[in-house]
Amino acid sequence: MAVANDLPKPEFRLSALIYDTRYRAITIQVIVLILALLFAAWLMENVRSNLALKGKDIDFSFLWRRAGYDIGQHLIPYTNDSPHIRAAFVGLINTMVVAVVASILSTILGVFLGVLRLSKNWIVSRLVGVYVEMFRNVPLLLWIILTSAIFSESRPQPKDFKVIDGVAKADMSFWNSVAITNRSSNVPMPVLDRPLPTIDTPWFSISTSLVAIAVLLGASIWANRLLLRRATAIQQATGLRPTTWWQSTAILIVPTLAALIAMGFHLDYPVFKGFNFQGGLSFDHAFTSLTISLTLYYAAVTAEIVRSGIQAISRGQSEAAFALGLRPGRVMSLIILPQALRVIIPPMISQWLSLTKDTSLGIAVSYLDLRGTLGGITLNQTGRELECMVLMMMIYLIISLIISAIANAYNSSVKLKER
Amino acid sequence: MKNTVFFGTLATGALLAGIAAAGTLDDVKARGVLNCGVHTGLTGFGAPDANGDYQGFDVDICKAVAAAIFGDQSKVKYVPTTGETRFTALASGEVDLLVRTSTWTYSRDTDLKFDWAGVNYYDGQGFMVRKDLGVSSAKELDGATICIQTGTTTELNLADYFKSNNIKYTPVTVADDADAQRQFLAGACDAYTTDASGLAASRATLPKPDDYVILPEIISKEPLGPLVRHGDNNWGDIVRWTFYALLAAEEKGITKANIEEVASSTTDPEVRRILGIEGDEGKMMGLDNNWAKNAIAANGNYGEIFEANIGSATPIKLARGLNALWTQGGLQYSPPFR
Repeated sequence: MAVANDLPKPEFRLSALIYDTRYRAITIQVIVLILALLFAAWLMENVRSNLALKGKDIDFSFLWRRAGYDIGQHLIPYTNDSPHIRAAFVGLINTMVVAVVASILSTILGVFLGVLRLSKNWIVSRLVGVYVEMFRNVPLLLWIILTSAIFSESRPQPKDFKVIDGVAKADMSFWNSVAITNRSSNVPMPVLDRPLPTIDTPWFSISTSLVAIAVLLGASIWANRLLLRRATAIQQATGLRPTTWWQSTAILIVPTLAALIAMGFHLDYPVFKGFNFQGGLSFDHAFTSLTISLTLYYAAVTAEIVRSGIQAISRGQSEAAFALGLRPGRVMSLIILPQALRVIIPPMISQWLSLTKDTSLGIAVSYLDLRGTLGGITLNQTGRELECMVLMMMIYLIISLIISAIANAYNSSVKLKER
Repeated sequence: MKNTVFFGTLATGALLAGIAAAGTLDDVKARGVLNCGVHTGLTGFGAPDANGDYQGFDVDICKAVAAAIFGDQSKVKYVPTTGETRFTALASGEVDLLVRTSTWTYSRDTDLKFDWAGVNYYDGQGFMVRKDLGVSSAKELDGATICIQTGTTTELNLADYFKSNNIKYTPVTVADDADAQRQFLAGACDAYTTDASGLAASRATLPKPDDYVILPEIISKEPLGPLVRHGDNNWGDIVRWTFYALLAAEEKGITKANIEEVASSTTDPEVRRILGIEGDEGKMMGLDNNWAKNAIAANGNYGEIFEANIGSATPIKLARGLNALWTQGGLQYSPPFR
């Protein structure tokens, strides 16, 4: 018996929005969206009207007024005559410096520790286990304060380095080149006597000498690769590999060295003068302790991620590699890690993001990052809480989105290609 | 989810602020307690004592205002604030009154929209250093590392002073006085700068006060006083005239000890008006007529409060100086009670 399949399409009626399952889902979503928008509008109106009630408005013009305060660590030119927006920019750079340095260091250390955690050596694996548990289970803020306290309480004051009657209470390390005081670490600074001109932009200046050296170094590495490729080609054709080490060394070192000598490279050593060390490169302990704590803490987290990533690779892989006669180190670097990376990278992305956001804990040690400048002193001196906070949240949001976009792009380039 | 929480917080904050904008006196009376923003801990000005009760020169202003409103100086809820959080606390209505060695400046008065009710301490910014540093003038601090409380006027004065003298320094920003003392003691900074009164208070609490000196330079004017929000003039008047009542009491020789005796025997019409024996002065502000009497009876007149908390008999040992009455060469002066 045939059933008529072509039922007449029911005419659209308003009640169909509720009773017809085809429309109901959309109806509900539209209602929820409208409610959410109304709620958001109500909140914004509430903020606006309450601010108006207190005679306040939303105004970002304070960003262009004179900041009037000083920032100890500034990587771009900054004085107290600079506007607030530049102070915020200085803070942003300080945030990014800590985030980038700590991300790199913690990733390297974390991968190393994660591999050690799986070591067959009982003591090594347990020691790393203790490290991981210790750092993961104590709040990061406490590590930051502890590191900072260790520096400020255990190291001598700068004036102890002063030589009185040929004797100083404290000595500099590394053949009188490095001084770690209770305020900062002073190391020699590479200086050029005859640098190439710098290009000044309103926001920062570019040292062409640095660019030139980087380009030169890149070119040397590229030339060296050509050399090695040629050596491999000869080896495959004749079975004999030509000796290349002295050529490699020459290609890698000589051009850069020549350029450095031509520009008058030398080291500027820190010297105690007046109240503090002058000259050289000075790393404030606020920076050092924040970087160290972030590195150690996130290395512990990374170690766990790496361990789980490695354990996710089936044992058959390493057994097969051993059967081929590869040594354990090469099995790890050629077989296990490249596959484990696919498991490791997605959780690592969120770790880098957390690390970047956690740099704002630098407030505990008076590190003037974005939170310290825009969200701290600027907010306070101008009294523009809402504007500063909104701006700061947007900047952190943008940084996070950029990091995750880059990391996700990398992730999709290494993930298993399925066709 | 995260957004909802954020907007919820924002909305709650906004709602609370809306409520606080209604008549402050009515709010305080309905609440039965005065919310007073004070120091987290600056000995002599506002710090909890061994029993956890707040004591100090600023705290006594809070007590006097509470006494003027309720006739009971204990009806105060102290809200500890840092240099960074104090103005937000006042602007948002978390506190009714802020007495926290806060400098009266143009931009705070106009742009931040606060009203200073008076100046309870005329101060200036100074520097404290270790004696063995061998420094005798702030101009010798070229290249020094200096501890500075963030969110204060001193932060800006410091930058200006070093700039105008063409010398350099490294700032170490600290959150509050306790943090500054810790850093200063550990030698993380060569000098500590804040209001000279604050330096004297800090110095008194250091392990060996005699090892430290306060340099002679005073690099700024720091008129410190109690402040309220813009927009509620009656509330501003209550705080202002409570403070002036304490000053007038010193002028007229009314003390905590003799106030009852003066009240019963005085023939001075102004004293009679202050003490609420004649006239309806209190009613004009919505208070009882004996408001000023209660305020004075709480901890005595301005001079008594000064001597008890920060005067020469205390470890802080501040001289009256600019804060003497105008009749004794100082700047403290009360408009007439008429």
